[in-house]
Amino acid sequence: MGLRVYIITRILLTIPTLLLLLTMVFLIMRVLPGDPVDLHFERKGTPEQIAQMRQILGLDKPLWNQYVDYLWGIADIGYLLRHEYPNLGKSMQVTSQDVGGQIFSVFPATLELAIYSMIIASVIGILLGTVSSKSYNSLRDHLIRGFGTITYAIPVFFLGIVFQLIFGVYLHWLPVSLRINPNVEPPAHVTGLYTFDSIFEGNMVKLVESLKALLLPSLTLGIILSGVFIRLTRTNMLETLRLDFVTAARARGLKESTVTYDYALRNAFLPILTMMGLQFAMLLGGAILTETTFTWPGLGSYIVGRINYRDYTAIQGAVVMFGLFVALVSLVVDVLYAYFDPRIRL
Amino acid sequence: MSENKIKSVLARCIPGLTSLAKKGPSGWMIIVGMVIVLGLVVMTAIGPWISPYNPSASNVGPSIAPPNSQFLMGTNVLGQDMLSRVLCGGSIMLQVAALSVLICFIMGVPIGLFSSYIGGFVDSVFSLVMDALYAFPGLVIAIAIAAMLGPGIINMSLSIAVVYIPTYFRIVRSQVLSIKELAYTEAARATGAKWHTILFRYIFPNVIPSIVVVTTINFADAVLTAAGLTFIGLGVSIDIPDWGLDLTKGRELLASGAWWVITFPGIMIILLALGFTFIGEGLSELQNPKLQR
Repeated sequence: MGLRVYIITRILLTIPTLLLLLTMVFLIMRVLPGDPVDLHFERKGTPEQIAQMRQILGLDKPLWNQYVDYLWGIADIGYLLRHEYPNLGKSMQVTSQDVGGQIFSVFPATLELAIYSMIIASVIGILLGTVSSKSYNSLRDHLIRGFGTITYAIPVFFLGIVFQLIFGVYLHWLPVSLRINPNVEPPAHVTGLYTFDSIFEGNMVKLVESLKALLLPSLTLGIILSGVFIRLTRTNMLETLRLDFVTAARARGLKESTVTYDYALRNAFLPILTMMGLQFAMLLGGAILTETTFTWPGLGSYIVGRINYRDYTAIQGAVVMFGLFVALVSLVVDVLYAYFDPRIRL
Repeated sequence: MSENKIKSVLARCIPGLTSLAKKGPSGWMIIVGMVIVLGLVVMTAIGPWISPYNPSASNVGPSIAPPNSQFLMGTNVLGQDMLSRVLCGGSIMLQVAALSVLICFIMGVPIGLFSSYIGGFVDSVFSLVMDALYAFPGLVIAIAIAAMLGPGIINMSLSIAVVYIPTYFRIVRSQVLSIKELAYTEAARATGAKWHTILFRYIFPNVIPSIVVVTTINFADAVLTAAGLTFIGLGVSIDIPDWGLDLTKGRELLASGAWWVITFPGIMIILLALGFTFIGEGLSELQNPKLQR
């Protein structure tokens, strides 16, 4: 199978998964006990208010009808092209804004946090994991593994709060909230990622300010995630270092660092990459808590804020968006894997 | 009588511990993990009797007092004694963790057993649903469900359980699929054993070890997810001392630099999660001699 055929098949296979996901989200929001509209008014709404809200949201229609409307809305390409965001329904707030629009305006913040956290987690994870596997069963190995285990047990928001306390409150080195210093105008919107947009604008001040704001949140999330990456790298490296081609490379008198990094790590890298793709869902979960801790105006803060207003259409939209994001990342990882390792296409 | 009973119980436990200790680092990890978890359970159980102040009483001391000889862990903004709150604060988290693990176990294991044993269409449908759920960010699902169900210990446990049922399903399924094809299962089938005999007497006992590992790891995850749900305001809303709640409230005092209202509850959550993680990692290494070498 050629790469193109593989990519097309893989994209087609994503559709049933997405459909299943959308259905689950729909069922969670409609079938579980607890009437969204009633809860929205904190059980104090008058029958008229409730009836009106139900009508606005289309909740007065039969369930299957709502389901079709909901799926049809998301699949409506025309709407997507007109508004540049998918139709995820109206917010339950008085202003009744489009949930899709709200979500797309906060999404870049989450994406930026995710990218930098992933970079930090990968660098820490792959480096420490490799070192750990090289010094197998030594004190260094045990210390690194201990670090990995502890990062797994720390609640991400606790680490965030500790960082805020040390670097923000005590040392005053770094900002503890928001994406950029409030006294600095955010860069013009191109990608929505402040660091990239600052570079496009050629504005160093904005770049430095946005990097400073990013440092603590992405370090928090990156460190929490690095534990899993350390373990993955270590296990894969231990297996690879035992293979014959590594022994052969050593026998040819190659330097140990060449053997480790150019031979073993390169071969262990693909399974690590796949595993990292799988961890992306975990990263997004952590991102919600990190964003809440650092009042980072992304999708996580959005969903938490909407919970307080009992805005169920918004929660539903945000959950769908998280799902789409994960599906997209796993698609990209699979395609990358197929590109690097032709065997997978067979 | 009771003394003999205690002795016999101890005798049964101690050889277990010594044989664990002989198994090297992974054995020790299990022991340390068990000591931490048991210690925290006992502490929470006797907390109300040993805590120096009533953990829920406000103004037993000054507001936001740093740790001192009278209040060893300081006081929070309401003038509540942090030490007393730390001693009593584990109960909700332990209950939620235990209940959600129980729900996962009751749902995930039987579904995994039957689905993979029956195979065919049923298995495909279950696998598809479970895989989709598994791939989804767990905390996001837990948040959506918890937001719908509202606060409360049972609702919180349910929303956490939904996230981890696929983990049980998948591990049970993968084990059954390989065991189903082994010669001894086939031999049992050849002797005319009924399907439930094969499933419960021949296959299930061999799945248990992997379930135990998943369960302990699940405990750690459940603790952390419960803390996370509490942090974003979906916890148990009544004012019972709770590490997650104290940590969340302590965050509001961040600007004042009051480290003690945050640090102590946070460390307790870490300890609890760490204890379960140690047990889980130790067990999985004992079962996987390949990684030990």
